Amino acid sequence: MSEPEPQSETQSNRMLTVDIWRGDAEDGAFQTYEVPQMESQTVLDVVTYIQRKLDPSLSYRFSCRVGMCGSCAMTVNGKPRWTCRSHVDSVVENGRIQVAPLRNMPVIKDLATDMSVFFDKWQKSKSQFVPTDGDASEFAVVDPTSKERKAASAGIECIGCGVCYAACDVVEWNPDYLGPAALNRAWTLVNDSRDGDAEGHLRAVATDAGCHACHSHQSCARNCPTSLNPTASIAGLKRKVFAAALKGRL
Amino acid sequence: MKLGVRDGRLEVWLFIVQRLTAMVLGPLVIVHLATMIYAIQGGLSAVEIMGRTQGSLVWGLVYGLFVTAAAFHGAIGLRQIAREALQWRGMTVNVAALIFCLGILCLGYQAVWALV
Repeated sequence: MSEPEPQSETQSNRMLTVDIWRGDAEDGAFQTYEVPQMESQTVLDVVTYIQRKLDPSLSYRFSCRVGMCGSCAMTVNGKPRWTCRSHVDSVVENGRIQVAPLRNMPVIKDLATDMSVFFDKWQKSKSQFVPTDGDASEFAVVDPTSKERKAASAGIECIGCGVCYAACDVVEWNPDYLGPAALNRAWTLVNDSRDGDAEGHLRAVATDAGCHACHSHQSCARNCPTSLNPTASIAGLKRKVFAAALKGRL
Repeated sequence: MKLGVRDGRLEVWLFIVQRLTAMVLGPLVIVHLATMIYAIQGGLSAVEIMGRTQGSLVWGLVYGLFVTAAAFHGAIGLRQIAREALQWRGMTVNVAALIFCLGILCLGYQAVWALV
């Protein structure tokens, strides 16, 4: 008995109906494409198929294709996701998929957004590491079991994909709001025993559009592809700011 | 301490006041609801209510504290809703919230004064 002929990925008879947002910062609309459905196909594969085979003018952004860089994040069926890690089978609804750019960021063209507003807020939240001193001759001893290190480690794996920022309703209501990713970064620094300016980090996020603007909806935590919980980090910042204010250190 | 709107310390203190007043309101609301359920068992009349509250320092303090906490808590919450839902920012929304707070305080204290 001979081995069955492996079915070519392109031999599938099933077709996907894909609605893709086409436009720029000013205007746009969904355009529909028919794409052959394949085994283990990701949403990024679908978008790439459209750009390579159907419409070369489609703009989108991707890099690593394996869930490391976060640059392929888009809104798929209304939810922000990494398209390279989203299998079509897990998101398709009645043979249809809708792909749009990330929310809360200006569209450059089609599915590519201008993420500078997102990264500018990392700067505004002063989320740079501040060394305790200039002498780096000795290794810092960090107790991995300490409460602070555990809190920092819980939020450290953010790769800055912007999914949480796109999922956040508070960003939509208050465009100045620093957002989950920048605040999560601040929380990791506040808990880093090697950082020399915890109060400076707290001051930076205790602003009109800082940690207190968060409503704890947890959309960031629910949608984070790396399963981080920025809401918990922001709640921690609120507590730390609360304590610093009562001690007159803000 | 200098409170600045731009540097956000006002927001921090408003957050603190709102959380603290929520902690005060929690048990007071329970007391209020329990008293209401108890008080209406034999029918509800102004005479019965006044009979219980008049001359009572305890009820005066309970409802005086209730009014104070509710006025600040509600005003801070409405200010935040106005800022987010109506995009009403700047000093005018702070003044409006303050006027609301003072209005609730005046009306509330007047009611408490009438009861005790």
